[in-house]
Amino acid sequence: MSSHTFVLNGERVTVEVADDVRLLWVLRDLLGVTGPKYGCGLNVCKACTSHINGKAFNPCSVPVSAINADDEITTIEGLPATVGKDLHPMQEAWLEQDVAQCGYCQPGQIMNAVALVRRVRAEGRAITDDDLDQIRNICRCGTYSRIRTAIKSGAANM
Amino acid sequence: MAEDLRRRRFLAYLVAAPTLAVAVQWLDPQRADAAVPTLPQPEEIFDLGDLQNLAAAPTANLVSVQVNPDGTASFAVPRAEVGQGITTAVAMMVAEEMDLPLDKIHVSLADARPELLMNQLTGGSNSVRSIYTPVRTAAAIARQRLVDTAAKQWGVSASDLTTSGGVISHPSGKTATYGSLAVAAASSTVQAATVQLKSTSDFKVLGTPQNRIDARDIVTGRKTFGMDMQVPNALPTMVRRPPTINGTVRSVNNAAAVLAMPGVTDVVAVSHGVAVRAQTFGQCIDGLRALDVSWGPGTVDGESDATVLAKLKAAELPMVVPGLLTQVLDAEFTFAFASNSPLEPDNAIADVRKDSAEIWSSLKVPIVAQEDIAAQLGLPVGAVKVHVAQGGGSFGRHLFHDVAAEAAEISQKLGKPVKLMWSRTDDFRQGRTHPMCTSRVRVTYALGNVVSYEQRHTSVQTEFSHGLGEMLTSFAAKLPIAGNLSFAESIFLLTQSSPYNFGVTTQLLNEIPVKFNTGSMRNIYSPNVVTAQELVVDQLAAKMGKDPVSFRRSFLRDARVKAVFEKAVSVGQWGRALPAGVAQGIAVHSEYQGAVCCLVEIDCRPATVNRPVTDGVTGPRVTKALIVVDPGFAVNPRGLEAQMIGGMNDGIALALTSSLHMKDGLPLEGSWDNYFYTRQWNTPLDMQVVIAPSGGDPSGAGELGVAPAMAAVACAYARATGTLPTYFPINHGTLGFEPYPAEPSTPQSPTNGLDS
Repeated sequence: MSSHTFVLNGERVTVEVADDVRLLWVLRDLLGVTGPKYGCGLNVCKACTSHINGKAFNPCSVPVSAINADDEITTIEGLPATVGKDLHPMQEAWLEQDVAQCGYCQPGQIMNAVALVRRVRAEGRAITDDDLDQIRNICRCGTYSRIRTAIKSGAANM
Repeated sequence: MAEDLRRRRFLAYLVAAPTLAVAVQWLDPQRADAAVPTLPQPEEIFDLGDLQNLAAAPTANLVSVQVNPDGTASFAVPRAEVGQGITTAVAMMVAEEMDLPLDKIHVSLADARPELLMNQLTGGSNSVRSIYTPVRTAAAIARQRLVDTAAKQWGVSASDLTTSGGVISHPSGKTATYGSLAVAAASSTVQAATVQLKSTSDFKVLGTPQNRIDARDIVTGRKTFGMDMQVPNALPTMVRRPPTINGTVRSVNNAAAVLAMPGVTDVVAVSHGVAVRAQTFGQCIDGLRALDVSWGPGTVDGESDATVLAKLKAAELPMVVPGLLTQVLDAEFTFAFASNSPLEPDNAIADVRKDSAEIWSSLKVPIVAQEDIAAQLGLPVGAVKVHVAQGGGSFGRHLFHDVAAEAAEISQKLGKPVKLMWSRTDDFRQGRTHPMCTSRVRVTYALGNVVSYEQRHTSVQTEFSHGLGEMLTSFAAKLPIAGNLSFAESIFLLTQSSPYNFGVTTQLLNEIPVKFNTGSMRNIYSPNVVTAQELVVDQLAAKMGKDPVSFRRSFLRDARVKAVFEKAVSVGQWGRALPAGVAQGIAVHSEYQGAVCCLVEIDCRPATVNRPVTDGVTGPRVTKALIVVDPGFAVNPRGLEAQMIGGMNDGIALALTSSLHMKDGLPLEGSWDNYFYTRQWNTPLDMQVVIAPSGGDPSGAGELGVAPAMAAVACAYARATGTLPTYFPINHGTLGFEPYPAEPSTPQSPTNGLDS
């Protein structure tokens, strides 16, 4: 058991837990932050996608000891605060397109979409179908086409 | 009324456990000019949804709308919400008949209610069909009662009052909110009431596109799925599982050592594995992986794809029509095992005490779960409370309560509450599957007519032990004499019919009793049966010198199917010029009293097929997909469109990429990069849904799109490549991944998550 500190959704938190416990379980089981979902625990389905210092990552496959005290972890719960609104433009786009069916993958999809738009923008270009084809997040309900539309419209308002 | 009488008559037909002799008798020699007509098959007259409706009829009036003092209305729907949008549809029904805004309606999921008998099953695309009238009736009576109460208080005639937005108004200017009358309108006795429902032409909410009522909770991460529920002291629990399906525990050889691991609180052997309870799920994984267990055999040890296929071939029923005086087309197709696993893994919370138990889980048949679990625990049914949790998908998986029963077993053995989760790998390897099956088709034709169409579907048994919602039919499915096969045959006959005038038409099912963990997957038999049928139709068209569209045009026999077909042909631009290696495919389907046509374009050119994607299957790509659907009446067009889009992606997966490879008693698939459900790189770039309602009551929708989607993709593939695919999915012969070991049953989580 050791002590781990990091910044979660704008607030500094400290948890007592063994080093190798994956961050997903620290968030979900110890801190009660359930927006990031378990869909495989294998860094495959991407349902837990969150941000570390603004970049997408998958907490199911990161030991808590790999997180530094100043690392800023943002989950879906903390996304609106990053733009100082009730909803992030990408969440608004998800509502406009009524993307979700069961909804289980959608927090991860939204977090991935935001990071994708940031990355593509940093490269000085717009999102292409190729970028969208490379998204690995599974949606077992098959909402893919609405996700594609929502990302494009969400990007326009980011 | 005539409709009711007709249906009642055909109920007797069902109880008599129909055979297909009836179809054989009907051959009309007068119609030599066009297609030889086919007798209506049972599915068209009285289908599975009708059976469920009838089963639900005596208790449907027990569902109730409640009006709250804050002006909202509540309704606990006796159904599961697993993404299909039933809670939104129900809220729309209440909003419509009450004249109340949609956001003032709370829809929750009812606990198991044994008194509802068969009216608490979510399946067969039946929810909207069965509750459309009861829910609207309850809401309309609630509105009527509020109006009557206001009329009494004001000393005016109820007929002078109007309602809008949850407010009752009188021409004098008097107004009252529903909330202000909620208490006064309450009744202390049971009274009968009748009401006239709104006519479709007066609808303001129903029939208009509405967003999901839980959409905001979903996009903010606030929606609470079963996995997100917290019950005091219900600690994370997982199970180390045997290396073959349904294997058993002989001995646990190092329980004490595992119990001493960080975070682990309990280790206990159960029916099909060894449970580990810990502070976090991550520590459950560590613990279960460290266990040393000696395993007993499972139920299908030694069975692999090839051994199962050999058994299926041996069980195939014979064709009847010899085809001596006609031309014959024979075809046979094989469909691999598939997984109905949703993204949220199986999970349940159980808190079993000495005299009572409480269960939380996503359950589509909660009454059977409650009764089975009570028997298992040795408790009276009334002492077991079963709560229905929001489900992150189902696709048929939650018809069964395996995970809830296992959670109850663990909780009882430990004397502690547990939150049981199956790992992703457990879900694929030990969870329910759509069984492997074959479909043989023989068609005879002469002089431009099709004389006979015979289809023999042979499957590893599909388990229906969940019955139609309660123990009566659940028990019937388990009886050795009536048993699962006759129940399955009834389900098959009630869901299958050929949409073509192909003369003598018989479609029969045989099953082999091999003990895999099977169950209905979205659309049950139809995706396989219809794919076989539509591929044969295309072959037949070619033999008879016709284009797939002009051939179907000549032989389709149902007006609604014809209408969606013609719409798809024109909207989808059938026959437009495409490069070599790219082709269109078209398929039709009718089920759940709806009609649907799917038209796709598939790109099978090497540059597309061989696109590199790390740890993923690319292969042919469906570039364009169109579904035209006639739902009768579309309760929520936006939700209906979503169901069609989902059905399309399911159909693509079933035709091209997704299957389980059975080897030595266990599926090889262990992750979503092994089980290739459609991904972004497989999904159509151009996806269009056209809703073309023909009127009447709403049909079922949740499963309607899957069969024609799979069939259209298969037909397009055959046309693009010039080869008839006979084994599905088409990539099943190539194992595109390195399987996780059979033991330990759950792989360790990697540590590369920062590199995403």
